[in-house]
Amino acid sequence: MSSRPLVHTAAEPVADLEHVSRVYRMGQTDVRALDDFSFTFRQGEYWAVMGSSGSGKSTLLNILGCLDRPNSGTYRVRGEDTQGLSDDDLSELRSRHLGFVFQNYNLLPQLNVLENILVPIFYQDVPPPGIEERAKELARRVGLGTRLEHRPTELSGGQQQRVAIARALINDPALILADEATGNLDSTTAQEILALLDELHAEGKTIVLVTHEPEVGKRAQHLLRLKDGRIEEVRHNRAPSGGPSSSNTAGTGGAG
Amino acid sequence: MRGTLMRTVRLGVGSLMLHKLRSMLTTLGVLFGVSSVIAMLAIGEGASKKAQDQIRALGSQNVILRSIKPREDFATGGQATRVVSYGLLNDDLARVEKTFPGVRRVVPVREIPLEVRNQDRALNPRVMSTLPIYRDVTGRVVSEGRFLSDSDEQAVANVCVLSDEVARYLYPFQSPIGEKVKIGADYYVVVGTTLSRKRLGSDPAMAGEVSAAEVFIPLETGRKWYGDLQVKIRAGSREMEEVQLHEIVIEVAAAENVPMVAAAAREMLSRNHRQRDYEIVVPLELLLQAEETKRTFNIVLGSIASISLLVGGIGIMNVMLATVTERTREIGIRRALGAKRRHIVTQFLVETVVLSVGGGVLGVILGLVIPQYVEYAYDMPTIVTPLNPLIAFGISVGIGIVFGLYPAWRAANMDPVEALRHE
Repeated sequence: MSSRPLVHTAAEPVADLEHVSRVYRMGQTDVRALDDFSFTFRQGEYWAVMGSSGSGKSTLLNILGCLDRPNSGTYRVRGEDTQGLSDDDLSELRSRHLGFVFQNYNLLPQLNVLENILVPIFYQDVPPPGIEERAKELARRVGLGTRLEHRPTELSGGQQQRVAIARALINDPALILADEATGNLDSTTAQEILALLDELHAEGKTIVLVTHEPEVGKRAQHLLRLKDGRIEEVRHNRAPSGGPSSSNTAGTGGAG
Repeated sequence: MRGTLMRTVRLGVGSLMLHKLRSMLTTLGVLFGVSSVIAMLAIGEGASKKAQDQIRALGSQNVILRSIKPREDFATGGQATRVVSYGLLNDDLARVEKTFPGVRRVVPVREIPLEVRNQDRALNPRVMSTLPIYRDVTGRVVSEGRFLSDSDEQAVANVCVLSDEVARYLYPFQSPIGEKVKIGADYYVVVGTTLSRKRLGSDPAMAGEVSAAEVFIPLETGRKWYGDLQVKIRAGSREMEEVQLHEIVIEVAAAENVPMVAAAAREMLSRNHRQRDYEIVVPLELLLQAEETKRTFNIVLGSIASISLLVGGIGIMNVMLATVTERTREIGIRRALGAKRRHIVTQFLVETVVLSVGGGVLGVILGLVIPQYVEYAYDMPTIVTPLNPLIAFGISVGIGIVFGLYPAWRAANMDPVEALRHE
């Protein structure tokens, strides 16, 4: 179970943001999506990021995922500064160290389950040996071991999200980024997915889950609440991975 | 690396198969472009080969002088009987034989307008009285028996040689050799037959259209029995024509002297004839002309074909641009999962090339079938040069790359965040 320390000091930093600002130009005005933001996500932590619309949580996720670059400040992944990296280097970094789980699953319709799980490997110049076995193993792990040949359209939403999680795990990422991972699912299925994330956390994976559902937020090990591009609240739930005793609130979809 | 490319190609085919109809329609442009290139080139090649063969059969070392009836003489009708005198003269023949340098042999030909008849089967072929060397000089091929001989000439014998066409018509069920055929009012013994040959005028386009029903008799025999005066009966009036020689075939000793001899002949005839009652056919010149025509033809075909290929390419580019927009989200996903820009470029480029190559392959097949059909249906010779399908195929690959680059570049330069947000 989660025997991690409450205060995040001991473990290795996985994603380290220092004075990060991200400014969008909207017509005449500048919008500070992240404003002098400093934070460190450490190995094995499970963070829920919450905040109202426009609080900067999506921007944070994009920067953590190396899809976007800060205007100022530094962002390090496993100690490596991303500032000087080229577009290709960032792609490489995503392919090797990051796992993405999206709200609407984002599987590729022309590929079957196994191929979808293998997409991140597809973009590595030298695929690791035995990777197909690993993909099958992961498919079994998320309960889709018998559906390897199925197309995404033949799967339910929960099954698709589980494929997406398997895909996020294929490269054994340092950091799993989940963007409203349960937003499109009914409450039962959402619970299954959350349970799966809990399991991964228990195995020592580092997870950042963006959500706007308080129930989901409570369930994570730590909660980070943003407002106007700054940290509003840091809370340590220390929730047991068995799940909170709170009621099953149906997850209604919504943009983050 | 090769494995990656194979996977990319498989992936591209998979993506294209998601929209089968659209992909197929997209390939049509290149398909028709490529097939029309191959088919047109094959038909053009066949036509020009045919024309060149005919010209070559006339003897590329020959200069042919022919009599033609001057046009203005028709106007002065009205009299019941009059004599029109025109054409090549015996003097012309003598001048050619005596004064022209570089000439190996000269053959005069007289044509006699006579009916050729075997019992109830009759024809009006070209009856030509000529020398035995005519066969050599013009490359006629004897299919049965023999051609005219020197002893026929000396004996002023009543013998004749029929072209296969005449022989088949007059003697449909037997060999004509040794038979007596009636030419005009006299009987001639058939000594041989020649393979049919199409006649050629100075207009290459008309070449091959005049079929050759020919009968050859010895020159002296013709001169003795029919003289220079010929009677033609036309619409109520009798018309007399006086033509000394209908054709003079000059065989030049060396091919490079042909233009010189042709020029000399032109010079001589224009000086000695008051009216233009002759024509000069120089097969070598026709051959060069035919090659020039073919080149022009190829340029025209090439332009048409490149326009249709261009249109096909633009069609592909159009569809690919739409595809890229439509698949913005997929691009975002792939970028998020670690695809570099070049991976995206490769992916869309491969899809475009697969489309255009698919069209190209089908186009090559269609382009090889069309000439077969044309040959079968219109009895036109066609020649598919092995290089043409290869070039057409190469062009279709090129089109895929050229017209695929921009859509692929657009796809690769999308902002991943924006792309992921795209609905």
